Amino acid sequence: MSILVDKDTKVIVQGFTGKEGTFHAGQCIDYGTQIVGGVTPNKGGQVHLGKPVFNTVGEAVKATGATVSMIFVPPAFVGDAVMEAADAGIELAVIITEGAPVRDMMMAKSYAVKSGMKTIGPNCPGVITAEECKIGIMPGMVFKKGNVGLISKSGTLTYEGANQVCNVGYGITTAVGIGGDPIIGLSYIQLLTMFEADPQTEAIVMIGEIGGDLEIQAAEFIKNNVSKPVVAFIAGQTAPKGKRMGHAGAIISGSAGTAAEKMAALEAAGVAVVKSPAEIGKKVKEVLSK
Amino acid sequence: MNIHEYQAKQIFAKYNVPVPKGKVAFSVEEAVENAKELGGKIWVVKAQIHAGGRGLGGGVKLAKSIDEVRELATEILGMTLVTHQTGPEGKLVQKIYIEEGADIADELYLGVVLDRAKEMPVIMASTEGGMDIEKVASETPEKIIKVAVDPTIGFQGFHGRKLAFGLGLPKEQVGKFIKFAAALYRVYMENDASLIEINPLVKTGAGDFIALDGKMGFDDSALGRHPDIEAMRDISEEDPAEREAGEFGLSYVKLDGNVGCMVNGAGLAMGTMDTINYVGGTPANFLDVGGTASAETVAKGFEIILRDPNVKSIFVNIFGGIVRCDRIANGILEATKLVDVHVPVVVRLDGTNAPEAAQILKNANIENVITATDLGDGAKKAVAAAKGE
Ligand SMILES: Nc1ncnc2c1ncn2[C@@H]1O[C@H](COP(=O)(O)OP(=O)(O)OP(=O)(O)O)[C@@H](O)[C@H]1O
Ligand SMILES: [Mg+2]
Repeated sequence: MSILVDKDTKVIVQGFTGKEGTFHAGQCIDYGTQIVGGVTPNKGGQVHLGKPVFNTVGEAVKATGATVSMIFVPPAFVGDAVMEAADAGIELAVIITEGAPVRDMMMAKSYAVKSGMKTIGPNCPGVITAEECKIGIMPGMVFKKGNVGLISKSGTLTYEGANQVCNVGYGITTAVGIGGDPIIGLSYIQLLTMFEADPQTEAIVMIGEIGGDLEIQAAEFIKNNVSKPVVAFIAGQTAPKGKRMGHAGAIISGSAGTAAEKMAALEAAGVAVVKSPAEIGKKVKEVLSK
Repeated sequence: MNIHEYQAKQIFAKYNVPVPKGKVAFSVEEAVENAKELGGKIWVVKAQIHAGGRGLGGGVKLAKSIDEVRELATEILGMTLVTHQTGPEGKLVQKIYIEEGADIADELYLGVVLDRAKEMPVIMASTEGGMDIEKVASETPEKIIKVAVDPTIGFQGFHGRKLAFGLGLPKEQVGKFIKFAAALYRVYMENDASLIEINPLVKTGAGDFIALDGKMGFDDSALGRHPDIEAMRDISEEDPAEREAGEFGLSYVKLDGNVGCMVNGAGLAMGTMDTINYVGGTPANFLDVGGTASAETVAKGFEIILRDPNVKSIFVNIFGGIVRCDRIANGILEATKLVDVHVPVVVRLDGTNAPEAAQILKNANIENVITATDLGDGAKKAVAAAKGE
């Protein structure tokens, strides 16, 4: 078992024929992901990487039965692409594109939620169920199959964390890069819920960053709802205190979002917090051999 | 991207958000001219920097005569203003705003910012305007009224009523305030702002509302569709090294330590700094080389890091995903030919093609280059090298 995606998941690619879309869709196909087609307006009817190209997501879904879309369209068109996927009945959109305007994502996320479509990202490495299905830009060989779930805001720290888990002899069920933009799709709480329910997952690694208060909310949730051991790292303990303009951000979240605050909240919730990402592997081994 | 108060007020005026009359000046003479042109008996001379807390730091002063305008302009222009938001090094004042003095009966606070948890903009208002709104937020949070506006329905009358009645405004001012807040919401949405703050929002003796201060920040990802706002960028407010790095696709922030860092990805870059700290060292910088590090960008990275005389060693920490490690290794070799790298460089390359990369570095056998097997090992070696061990 795993969460969100597995070897049977049918995936289409929005922005299939572009440079990024082509390269990464190819990598996903090599990994074994069932990429069943792609969407590029005005290129419908072509065949790309051996898969059919459609003009609209609706046509692609109808012809292929895809339930997941991997999105590579340029930033200015991401909002539109996400809403098109939601409208076409896609169940999960994985948004890789970096630099999407916040206002567009605010609107798109609202419509996605209303349509019952889950989203991951934007500006993220994607989601991977080890040795079954890779939807995104992560290096597949780092993720060996195992019993640890991983959730991370940062792309490269996702790889670092997974690599360490595998180096100490364990492996990954599913790893999700949620992205660090102001508006994101699935976040810690939803994913912790899924990992808690997944019989294969025996421990969870959670990697956060300074800013915002998602990790604080996650800590509160873990205290009451997660029985599996959680290992956490928060990046940015040594980041300089941001030079700021106004005060409104701090007022609204009720906290400055420092690493220290987040680490304290997680520790209080019974999470095994490490001070350096170099300690993730060791700590996972410790909690799993208890 | 942030803009100055005078620019924010230009935008406000376009949306009929009332602001005092004022003009920006780059010299003392210009300041005096502006004051004469504005007329009246009282002027305010305001330092234009990208930071708050100017009043407390001595950057906002009242003048009661043209001579006093000249004196204050002379004093403020060219001063290094230190406030709680500038950092201890302060900011050089290169422009001042000359504004007509307002008749202040009451100082309120009004702001618009994204509420990440609600995923919508939230308008915040308080009767406790003036200098320290964060103190109000932590000590008497009930005095801040927050109204989230679902962007798919937009600003409605009820949003305005929640704010105005929440503030306890007398009924003849309710309508005026709602109009003000509605206009400000439009400013926020239509310009892809990330922050608007008016502190203080002043109620005048005549019972009108006017924005006495204005801070605005924008979503960098949306600047492409706002060339008018992009044109307001003031590069003199940005750190020159950070800007230069940005032109090469690098993201750099200078810190106080002595171990330079070059890393791919912002999260891993912060994690690397944290690890250096964890093993007893101090990071000299944050540097994210992004996803497509080439010999040229790596060389630029070395150049920028080495400009800081405190740097005693450099830790290159790359987790190659899509970026292949063998390319990075070659980039490092190239870079050492382009730049005089006179401190030890500890290199950790993991991920795609890591063994090939290790071989390349080994074969090149450069004196200053030390290889590391993982993040912890690399950090320890870099810290030891910085200590001369
Ligand atoms: N045009 C004006 N007329 C009269 N008084 C003014 C005027 N502009 C500013 N002031 C006074 O100076 C104070 C500080 O000004 P302002 O809020 O613009 O600067 P600031 O110190 O940067 O604020 P913040 O701490 O919110 O960043 C105001 O609270 C107000 O009392
Ligand atoms: Mg102010």
